[in-house]
Amino acid sequence: MMHIPLIRAGQPYKSLNTTGVYDFRTGRQVAELSQANSGLIRKDFALAQRNKQSLDALPVHELLTICKNAADLFATADLPLDGETQSPDDYVRAISMTTGMPQSLARRNMEKVCVVLREMAAVLGGLTRGLDLSILDQGWGTQDDRSLSYLCCANTLGAILPNNSPGVHSLWLPSIPLKVPLVLKPGSQEPWTPYRVAQAFMAAGCPPEAFSLYPTDHAGATEILLRSDRSMLFGDVSTVRAWEKDRRVQIHGPGWSKVVVGQDKIADWPQFLDVMVDSITINSGRSCLNASAVWVPSHGREIAEALAQRLAGISARTMDDPEAELAAFVNPIVAERISSLVDSGLAQGGAQDLTAKYRDGGRLVEVDGATFLLPTIIWCEDPEHPLANMELLFPFASVVEVPQDNILEKMGSTLVGTIITENRSFVQEALAAPNIDRLNLGLIPTSRISWDQPHEGNLFEHLYKQRALQSTIPVAV
Amino acid sequence: MKSSRDSLQEKAKEARTKLDAHVREIVDWHFDPETGCEFWLDYARKLDFDPRKEIGGYSDLKLLGHFEDQWLRGGPVLKWVPKALMDQPKYIFETGGSTGVPKSRVNVNDFQTDYELFSATLSDEGFPQGADWLMLGPTGPRRLRLAIEHLAQHRGGIAFFVDLDPRWVNKLIKRSNHEELELYKEHVIGQALNILRAHDNIQCIFTTPKLLEALCEKINLVKMGIKGIFCGGTEMNAQFHRFAREELVPGVDFVPTYGNTLMGLAVNKPYDPADNYAIIYYPPQPRALFDIVNPDNPEETVAYGETGRVMLTTLTKEFFMPRFLERDEGERAEPIEKFPWDGVRNLRLLSSLQQSVVVGVY
Repeated sequence: MMHIPLIRAGQPYKSLNTTGVYDFRTGRQVAELSQANSGLIRKDFALAQRNKQSLDALPVHELLTICKNAADLFATADLPLDGETQSPDDYVRAISMTTGMPQSLARRNMEKVCVVLREMAAVLGGLTRGLDLSILDQGWGTQDDRSLSYLCCANTLGAILPNNSPGVHSLWLPSIPLKVPLVLKPGSQEPWTPYRVAQAFMAAGCPPEAFSLYPTDHAGATEILLRSDRSMLFGDVSTVRAWEKDRRVQIHGPGWSKVVVGQDKIADWPQFLDVMVDSITINSGRSCLNASAVWVPSHGREIAEALAQRLAGISARTMDDPEAELAAFVNPIVAERISSLVDSGLAQGGAQDLTAKYRDGGRLVEVDGATFLLPTIIWCEDPEHPLANMELLFPFASVVEVPQDNILEKMGSTLVGTIITENRSFVQEALAAPNIDRLNLGLIPTSRISWDQPHEGNLFEHLYKQRALQSTIPVAV
Repeated sequence: MKSSRDSLQEKAKEARTKLDAHVREIVDWHFDPETGCEFWLDYARKLDFDPRKEIGGYSDLKLLGHFEDQWLRGGPVLKWVPKALMDQPKYIFETGGSTGVPKSRVNVNDFQTDYELFSATLSDEGFPQGADWLMLGPTGPRRLRLAIEHLAQHRGGIAFFVDLDPRWVNKLIKRSNHEELELYKEHVIGQALNILRAHDNIQCIFTTPKLLEALCEKINLVKMGIKGIFCGGTEMNAQFHRFAREELVPGVDFVPTYGNTLMGLAVNKPYDPADNYAIIYYPPQPRALFDIVNPDNPEETVAYGETGRVMLTTLTKEFFMPRFLERDEGERAEPIEKFPWDGVRNLRLLSSLQQSVVVGVY
């Protein structure tokens, strides 16, 4: 049985407490995952400062070279795993086998991770808004004739990671060139990506002390969040609630991302259908960037009908089908519950599942031993309907008609808002809307990421703070 | 010449004979109108047989069905006191309260007897005679506080105490109030540090796994002169055992135990590297014992090495608790020379309950 050990500041450690990682279709155990006890995690935090010094010793430009090399290794190399090696194909198969993500999507997510590693200089440029990164090496410097100083606020970046999609791991990658070691708790079904990223980095010459990986239970995760100077927490509403007021924790909860069409453009809605479809369906709707609603001032029913027709073309396929676009549910009971949740919302009236008429059977289907929920478009007559603002773990979206004047206020928390308009005053309103985190103006799907833009909080600002500095001595070179 | 296996079998047989005799004595005592307690005398009146006549040994206890913990919730508590002990000073001890209204058990001398028997299993190197103790854990209405104090006194020492209220901890955890939980933990650990620094003769500690971790984060117990740690109160697994021996308190005599108000104290199999840190508990038979049974059919004992639910029986003159189905599970362990009766390996919360109970995270 393959064993995935803990990584304690770069050193593998085989715990006596393990859990299984399973093939979601057959239930066969494919790996044994070491579990960290919370005391062990706490003890290792005592070395956080030493671990940070190992990254501080390397200039940013060298760490950027390591990132590039790590990208190549991640994408192409056979990397160590339990005394043997894991090829890129093994990795893709493992992801698919334990998370229900088709291999085609797993490969796309793998590429996302590679792009961020390869383009790390541009990513940091976006996060720091063009800061001369050598300033981070010395702590201070001059840029555009201004004295600048940045203080790193963290010896570690902790991250409590999800299972839903490997691409999400690209969010914590910049921590390494920003000289902050990682303490990661991988998802129980997806230890593969964090483990492979760590191996790629170490093979590329990154100090091993920069990586700690602790599969663990709830108490262990709490320990990571409490002890890390800065951290990221991925989870649903109930998971993140307890940490919302802790400024050290960057929350990555549900996205409730949306596509909004302005009154000035609504007559042209058929031209925006591709953007809407991509926003809802890319990565099987598993990402917080995926749109869960389309809010429009008119033509709502027509748009919903057209979307339903398009989405009905997406079918459940086998995990190794190169055309597969839909991810399966690891736990069929979860799929059943989600489908029942939608049905109970429909039973209240005022909402219709417009995709239903295009399907041969129900929303829930089984293909080759895997359970899927087929894409679903709901037409909601009222923005207050419970289904109007619901995010679910498959391509699911509601279409709602609301007068433009009320849309931005009523649509609530929105991670990515794609606003299709050329009306300057509506653009200004969107720019001023505090409930939109990431704003796409124009025909840009919610799911399209520009890596030079911060996403869900700026990691650089999370890890560093600008310090006022006046000096009569010259900056050392 | 006898093989060690033959010798073990003989010891197991002797232990069983002793157990059966002990069962008869305890049943006679609790169901005798002159000596028994109100609860069991009432119970017997509803039976269509006389337990004193029908119960000839341990296996006959099944005639009484399973003890229900609900019987211990609420009063009057004197219904549990045998008539023969009614004039003795009495203690009332409660369970942790993590499963609702706490269960209560009346004690006269049982806790002292249990801990004296446990004391006999401790080494003088790890727990020197005359050394003082620190008890860092739940005191309050629990048996543990007085029991540890008695243990320390029995070994010629004095016990110092730092309290932790597990019921408050459980509330904080349920509310996900991490900040306050940390503050409370710091408050508790800070008191323990003060006591350890002020009293040189403290060489032995009782604490829970979590509190041991928290204490070791602040202080090197080996350098402080601690020689023995008696650890219990909550679930402990092999990984924690290993972590404690290898990293938290290397070189210290580390003694994991499983105890509760209803049973007494089960001790871990003496440390053997071949066990790979598995925690294997043996009960203080004949005063208490457990069977590891099929969770779906508690009448069926599982095979050695198989997983089952813990069924606990307590047999003292103060308290009779036949065949209580605990909320724990584990693997049935074979008798050993030191404890020639069944034990349990890798004790843990029943998998079916793991979502619903906040186990002592203290």
